[in-house]
This record gives sequence, structure tokens and C-alpha cells, in this order.
Amino acid sequence: MKFTLGWLKNHLATDASLDAILDGLTRIGLEVEGVHNPGEALAAFRVARVLSAERHPQADKLQVLSVDAGDGPMQVVCGAPNARAGLVGVFGAPGAYVPGLDVTLKVAAIRGVESNGMMCSARELQIGEGHDGIIELPDDAPVGTSYSDYAGLNDPVIDVSITPNRQDCMGVHGIARDLAAAGLGTLIAPEVPAVAGEGPGPDVRIEDAAGCPAFFAQAVSGLTNGEAPEWMRQRLTAIGQKPISTLVDITNYMTVDLGRPLHVYDTAKLSGGLVARRARAGETVEALNGKSYTLAEGMTVIADDVAVHDIGGIMGGAHSGVSETTRDVIIECAYFAPEAIARAGQALSLTSEARQRFERGVDPAFLDDGLAIATFLVLHYCGGTASGVTRAGSPPTTMTTIRYAPSLAETLGGLAVPAERQRAILESLGFTVTDDWQVTPPTWRRDVDGAADLVEEVIRIEGIDKVATVPLPRAPGVARPTATAEQLLERRVRRAAAARGLDEAVTWSFLGAAQAAAFGGGAWTLANPISEDLKVMRPSLLPGLLSAAERNLKRGLSAVRLFEIGRRYLKDDKGASDERMTLGLVLAGNRRERGWREGKAAAFDAYDAKAEALALLAAAGAPVDNLQVMGEAGEAWHPGQSGTLRLGPKTVLARFGMLHPALLKAIDLDGAVAAVELYLDALPAKRGTRNFMRPAFAPPALQSVRRDFAFLVPETLSADALVRAVRGADKAAIVGARVFDVFTGAGVEAGHKSVAIEVTLQPSDKSFTDEMLKGIADKVVAAAAKQGAVLRG
Amino acid sequence: MTEDLDTLRDHLLGAIPAADSAEALEALRVEALGKQGSITQALKTLGKMTPEQRQSEGPRINGLREAVATAIATRKAALDRAALDARLASETRDMTLPADAPIAGTVHPVSQVMDELAEIFADLGFAVATGPEIEDDWHNFTALNIPETHPARAMHDTFYFPDGAAGTGEAPRMLLRTHTSPVQIRTMLDQPPPIRIIAPGRTYRSDSDATHTPMFHQVEGLVIDKGITLGHLKWTLETFLKAFFERDDIVLRLRPSYFPFTEPSAEVDVGYTIEKGKRVIGGSGGGWMEVLGSGMVHPKVIAACGLDPAVWQGFAFGCGIDRLAMLKYGMDDLRAFFDGDIRWLKHYGFSSLDVPTLSGGVGA
Repeated sequence: MKFTLGWLKNHLATDASLDAILDGLTRIGLEVEGVHNPGEALAAFRVARVLSAERHPQADKLQVLSVDAGDGPMQVVCGAPNARAGLVGVFGAPGAYVPGLDVTLKVAAIRGVESNGMMCSARELQIGEGHDGIIELPDDAPVGTSYSDYAGLNDPVIDVSITPNRQDCMGVHGIARDLAAAGLGTLIAPEVPAVAGEGPGPDVRIEDAAGCPAFFAQAVSGLTNGEAPEWMRQRLTAIGQKPISTLVDITNYMTVDLGRPLHVYDTAKLSGGLVARRARAGETVEALNGKSYTLAEGMTVIADDVAVHDIGGIMGGAHSGVSETTRDVIIECAYFAPEAIARAGQALSLTSEARQRFERGVDPAFLDDGLAIATFLVLHYCGGTASGVTRAGSPPTTMTTIRYAPSLAETLGGLAVPAERQRAILESLGFTVTDDWQVTPPTWRRDVDGAADLVEEVIRIEGIDKVATVPLPRAPGVARPTATAEQLLERRVRRAAAARGLDEAVTWSFLGAAQAAAFGGGAWTLANPISEDLKVMRPSLLPGLLSAAERNLKRGLSAVRLFEIGRRYLKDDKGASDERMTLGLVLAGNRRERGWREGKAAAFDAYDAKAEALALLAAAGAPVDNLQVMGEAGEAWHPGQSGTLRLGPKTVLARFGMLHPALLKAIDLDGAVAAVELYLDALPAKRGTRNFMRPAFAPPALQSVRRDFAFLVPETLSADALVRAVRGADKAAIVGARVFDVFTGAGVEAGHKSVAIEVTLQPSDKSFTDEMLKGIADKVVAAAAKQGAVLRG
Repeated sequence: MTEDLDTLRDHLLGAIPAADSAEALEALRVEALGKQGSITQALKTLGKMTPEQRQSEGPRINGLREAVATAIATRKAALDRAALDARLASETRDMTLPADAPIAGTVHPVSQVMDELAEIFADLGFAVATGPEIEDDWHNFTALNIPETHPARAMHDTFYFPDGAAGTGEAPRMLLRTHTSPVQIRTMLDQPPPIRIIAPGRTYRSDSDATHTPMFHQVEGLVIDKGITLGHLKWTLETFLKAFFERDDIVLRLRPSYFPFTEPSAEVDVGYTIEKGKRVIGGSGGGWMEVLGSGMVHPKVIAACGLDPAVWQGFAFGCGIDRLAMLKYGMDDLRAFFDGDIRWLKHYGFSSLDVPTLSGGVGA
């Protein structure tokens, strides 16, 4: 919401400085977003008279002027066709910056004649479009004075941010009222002229009383719609609105001045009377912004017998809009239901100055006065004669009374304000306060409907800075732990991953549809995505990480280790959101760079992914020794180099391995990528209360013994199956079994591989004898044989 | 005999230190102490001697044996040491060659700041609460006193999901939460007061430019108790910001504002100074920066959660986590937070060891 200081002073008698007013606005909740004085840019330009004008000796189109800007004659070369002796215009001396030309003037010779400045056009000063010649001021303009002072441009433009609850401050008058309440001046009541209308009012009526409870109108005939008065155009221009014509400018001016949107219809373009009714589905209207809108059933519109002429309270129609040929008009001053306006505006994606005010709720008690002021301005500046006023319906002016206790200022607001001071504050804002504190808000404050709102009014005017800080009561003793098991898990896994050399990324929660489809598809697709790439809620963290990996590789990085902890978004049986805490990681490029010690660079492989998965699961407290490595990682993965880690056959804790080359190709990622997705939500919860006591330390009395076995096994037998068989051969003695060599090739028959296993044996109460060791070895060989393994000689 | 022993002593004790290899020394050992060695032979003669002779010769011969054995051991140690020195000299390597580069990962600034917040607020008795990011209309708006037609909904550029259940109107309208405030509602519905929580997490608005991303992070704070006032809110925010920035010169400015779910409402600016052309939080010489929205929880919100607003009152606040990180650690582009650029992550990220603690300071 923009206005100028001068405009404000029409409503507020004040001696306060600009700075005091700006501080005051922010202090009471009308945040100043900016202030700008257009006159400052033109401070160097003065009113000047052309004393004489003679032809330039070297150029037909130039003249050599003698100009008096208050300091006696100066020679200026000028190309304007209207430059002539006696003209009073605007002069910029050397050193002045001309905003429209983006140059700073200096003394220069133009075709051999010295020029000491410039007579300016409106466009050169960015105060208008005129560029046919230099500005011509009235003959009596005081030579030598500052042009911006003379033209009233020295009026700072203030931009305040108005919160959605304050429709009353969508008008300069309401802002003045707030400032007056804050002690920054005295509010000047708007002058409501008496307009003597003749004859019956225009034919307007209401069919949709819910959407448009009140429709007041007055006709003016025989008017002339020319250019609005200079002061009005200047103010509208200052706040960034383009002057159009007197009638349009009056409605725009009143919208900003009093927060009272109006609409003016060209009577000649209407067929029959106007009715506020509900739109029929599919009705269309071309609005004043030049766009065509198709209306939905139920939107409130103003229509005549033939067509819709106004999207009620949002924007007028182009067909019945006024023009320079307009002679007769109907002025509409209506009250539209805020909820209806909000719904229609949202549905049409159409914002306007009028909608902003109507959807917050204009003052329902200001229809008569608003219409009178508007009609007065039209008559005053356009001439013509006014009809009587038609009042269809009645605006909802009843306000609910609130029971208030002045003690609330302290018990809720934290500031003790004397009751009488509170009364004075509320009354200065227009509230009615009875002796027993029944408070009725003014009609322009429909946002206030409870005691807490009144506390806010009192505190913001009294000064929120006066509220003293009060420490929150503190529980005795040292602060207790507050983190939940899930939060601790997330923190541990995050820091474990970072400690293992992985960089944590945060990627978008939404993906393109194809990216999501590659990982099983998303359960949630946005109705209004910001782009096709950010449309589907991710079913996996890997696509986002892969995109990040791809960007990093394109930037020339040779190794990418990225992880993310976040949610994947599923849907439960009932269709509700099912968000699951997940860790994703990708390893791309080189696991090891080439080096003088190890030689060639080594790329990441599936076992790197497995190592990360197991390490992070261990950090998460998962029983990693009990996990089963199984297949079926899914279609996104390399079918022969991926797997799942499961707790029991069904609970998948992680997927790991190499990603499918087709998937990588689709996102233009060169090379192989190892990845892990770890399902933190699937981890078994820790049971029991926190117990810090650990079991007693009881190392075995006797040393363990190691024995190696090399087996010839079918190539398809998994190492895991063989190791499990070996471990199970003698559960009392065998405490460990580990593959230390896998070999195929020379000496191993085709379709087979050699797997060497180191078995750790732990004697309990007495050392193993040779026979015992032989017995265990026999059991190992027998157990392995059941898996198709043959001990190698 | 006597003369022989003296000759033998002179010979051996002269030759042993001069032995120039382990083999030469071994030959001398065999020559003197071996089975047929001269000293071994001499010892054998003792048996044939008279007791008197044995009395005088025994110590002499044994003394010679010990002297020779010691000389051999001494020489052997010297030779071994020389051999080790020679071997080590041959093993010299260029110690300026690079060792394996350490592989260090990083924690994202958003995670780090969330940990910092949890640490600070734990000391003030606040637990960390969470809620779904895919929310329904009621929790995100209605329960927070934002009815469908409320102009405030225009302030939230909301991402919606298509109407559920084939438009039967029975399923609630689902959306991506536009703020962390629905966690307030869920917490009040789930647990009895008194309540002190913070709720950090992802939030979404359909907005994208240099300072807005469609996804960002917020932290919500909520206190519900008896007798809580705006004064407590002010103290909490001031205490939090002082702890977060680890500066005592934090200056707050509260500005009356509007949020549908708080009344009274205030936006909170924090003062900054300009140091080396950059805005640094602290003091107020440079101006004010908006960091927080806050207020006393609206009685309608408390009532919507089934509590009696005449008994329970409290405050709530919300704050951008990404923004807090930027103000504390100096990043200037929000979009980079979500790009996964490893160079950026290495630059602005944190070591896994930088765990925020109150005793060590929450900043790193």
C-alpha cells in the first residue's frame, strides 16, 4: 500500500517529522517497506525563463538561448522546436543528473557554441511522456525556485505492508487513524458533501443477497470524461498508478484514499437495469485488464439484461467501461461478501485493488458517504447532473460486542497498562467501550472478534517494546534429555555417514514422473507443481542424489560420495500419508584415485556399497550379524550386482549394489554408480528402559585355534550359504568362519570355483586334542558337502 | 702352559674385535670355544692336574673363557648393529611423497543447525516434535484459524494434491504443509499440557526465485501452560538467539503483525552491524533483519485442539532454518542448499565431530 506524505496529511494533522511517522508506522504494525522521494532526483532542476532565442550559426535545427534560472543570463544550446523567448521551463545546470537520459550535464561546445546546461522535456525528467518539446510552465512560475518544490514533487512516497486483517488500513484515512491513536497527530474526518440528486435512482437490484448484501448506486448524466485534475494525477502517478480518465481516476483515488472501491458503468452500453446475481456456469466476461474470464456457477456478478458487466468486487468488464465519449454513468458503491470474493478471486487467479479490499471486508457503514463523495467528485470534475440514490439491500453493520477485562493486557500481553489508558487507546481506534468493559469494534474492524484481539490493539499502540522479558520457569536440576529414539537414530547415522567420508546433501522432496517411475513410482502427485521436474513426491531418495551426482561429475569431480537422510512418501491402506525415514547414498566415480602407492584408480563397486550399508546399519544399532543377504533389490538395480539386507525373510533393511545402467543412461550419467538405500523406519525399535550396566567381561581362558579349508563348489553356490553351513557344523567349537580367497581359472574345473574359508575354533575348558580337531574338521567337510562342496586336496 | 695361555689370550682377544664379519667371528668362536676349541681343550686339561695346579690354573682358564665369550658377544652386537645400519641405510625412502589423502565427509548446514536448535531448546525444556509433510487442509489451515476464504491463505502459495476419493468430498484435501505450524495442532491433540516443543522440518510453498525455493526448512516453537505471556515469548526468543549466535549483544525488535493462529502477533527483527561489508548479527548499528514470526497462541486454536483457552495459554513462533544458517554461517544463496554441489558442501558443511553441545558451544 503506497501513499505520499502530503496525501497522509490530508487525513492527519501532524507536526511529526517524516522519520517519526515512519518509525510510528512500523511500531504499530504497519511495516514500512520503503520510502522514496521522487523530488530528490530532480533537486538540481530549477524554474527558468528563456530571455532570448536565436538561430545557431552552424545548425538549422538548433537555437542558442539565453536562459535566466535566477542567477542571470546563461548561454544554452537547445534543439526543442518550442524553445522561444519568454518561455518559462525547467533548467538543469552543469552537474545535474538527467534521469531520462542517464547523463550528468557538463559544459560542452555544441557545433562550436558553448552550452551551459539544458532545458528539459517531461520525459527527460521522467515525470511524464511528453517529448515533443521542452516543458512549458505558466508565465508566473517563480524563476529560480526548485522545480520539484514548484511542481509538488517533493512529496515522499511511503510504501507500507498491510497485513491481511487490516482492511481499514488499505486506505490512507485508516492509516491516519492508527497514527493518530499512536499519538502522531489528530485525525481529520473526511468531508462528506451533500449531493442534491434529482429524480429516481438508477435501476439496480439484488438477487444474490449472500454474495452482495448491499448495492447502492447513483447516476450522473451529461458529464464530460476528460483528464483528471493535476493533483489527483500527480498522486496516482506517485504511487505507481497510471492516470486514465477523470472517472477512472476518481474510483482509483477513492480506493486508495478511503479504502472504498467503486465501479462506474457507461449507461449507454447497458441494456436494462443492473442486477447483482450469481453467475451461470460458463458465462464469460472480458475484464478491464483485457483478459477474458469464464465464470463458475455461483460467483457473484453484476449484469444487465444481456451480459455480465462486473466480476463482483474484483474487476469490471471492458464492454461497459467508461471512455472519453461517455456522457452518462452509473456509480456503483456495493458491499460484497468477503468469503465469496476470496473464493471467486482464488478460482479465477485474479487479483485487483478492489478484491484486496473487498475480501478483507470494506467498511459496511461507509456506503452512503462513499457514494456521496464519489458523486460529488464526478460532478465537480466532470459536470453533469446527479440522480437520486438507489439503495438495494443493506450492508451488515452489526458488530459483536466483546467482554473484555483490562487485566488481560498484563496476563496475556505481559504489559500492565492502566485501564483508563486502555480505554483511551480503544476509543481513539473507534471502539465503543462501556463502563463495564463491553467493547464494540467499529464497523471497519471486522477482524476484531475476541478479547485477545483487544489485547493486541492495546499492546501495539502502547508499544510492544515496553513488554518486559520474563524467563520461562525452569525445571530444577540439569536439563533432561529430550530427543526421541528416532531422532537419536537419525543423528547417529548422519554423523556415522559423514565420518565415513560421505557428504550430506539435501535434495528436493519432489521428482519428475519418470524419475519416480524408475523407483516404483510415486504415491503422491501434485495438482499444481512448480514444474514437471518437481511433481511427484519421491518414493526413493536415490533419484535426487543421482541428479546431484550427475551435476558433480559434469563439474569435473572424479569422486562423488553423497548421502541424504529424509523421508520417502508412501500411502497407507487408508490413503493417508505414510512418510518413512530413509537414508540414501550414492558412490560414483573413483573409490581410489590413481597414486604412486596403489597404481591405477579404482572405481566403486557393489562391495563398497555393501560395506557402507553394513557400517551404517551397525551405527544404527541393527543386528548386522543376523542379517541375511538376499536378492530382489528391484528393477532400478544391476540384476547381478545388487542385493537386499534383511532381518528375517521379509523385513528389508537396505538395498545395495550397482544401479542399472539403463537407469543411469536415462539421466545422462556416464559410468557405473554404486548405491544404498537404508530404511531407518524398518529397524527394530530398542526395547526396555535405558540401562547403562553392561554384562561382566569374561574373555575365554584358552586361546582360539584357526584352521583353513579350501572347497571346490559349483559356481552358483553363494559364499554366504557355504559359510553358514560351515559355521553350523559344530556350534560349540566354531566361533567364526570367514572367506579369505575365491578363485576360478587354471586348476579349477569349469562351472566351479574354489572358496577358501578360515575357521576359528574356541576351546572351552580344555585344549583341543588332535582327535578333537580331526573330528571338527570332518564335520566341517561333511556340512560343506551338503552344499555340494568338495574339499580340495 | 702358562705361556701358552697368555699367547692364546693375546691371539683371541686381538682377533675377535678385528673380526670383520659374522662368519669370521663364528670361526673364531669355534676355534676357541667349539668342541675342539683351544679353550675347551685347555679346560679338559684341568682334570689331569694336581689339586694345587688346578687351584691356580682353573681360574686362569675359566677367566680366559669368560673374557673370550664376552669379547665375542660384544663383537657380535657391534657387527649386528653395523649390519642393521647398513640395511636401514639401503631402505631409505622419500618421505616427501604424499600419504593417502584422508576422506572426510560433511554434515549439511541444515542438519547441523537443527542439531544446534535441539541442543539449545533442550536446555530450556523443549522436546523435538515432528509431523507429516503431506498434510490435510484441517491441520495446515482450518485448525490454525485460517478458514478457506481467509485472505491469509493467499499468503501461502500452497502445493495441493488432487481431490481424494474421486471427489466424494469425504476425504480431506491433502497438501504439502506450508509451515511447521500443523505440528502445533498435532502436539496439542496428542499430549496434555504443559507443552514445550520445537518442530523442525521441511515445508513447501510454490515460490521460486533468488530468495525463495519451493522447499525450505522451518522450525516451530510452542509453549502451552498456565500464565504464559508475551513477556515469556520475548525472553525465550532473546535467550534462543543469544545462545544460537553465541553473542550477548543480540538486540530484538518486536513489531506488531498478523498471523491467523496467534493473537497478539509479532514479527521479530534482529539488529545487525556491518563488518567488512557483510551483515553480522549483533548490535543494531546496521539495521534490522526479520528473522521470526511469533505470537500468543490464538484462543480459537487452543479450543480447536480441545483445550480450554480460559485455562491454557501460550506462545508459538516460527523461523526459517535455512535463513538462520545463512545469517550465522554466511551463505548468500538459498538455492545452493539443495543443489548437492560437493564443493559447496565441503565449504559450508560440518565435520562429523562438530556435535553441538552446551559445554563446547553450539556453533562450529
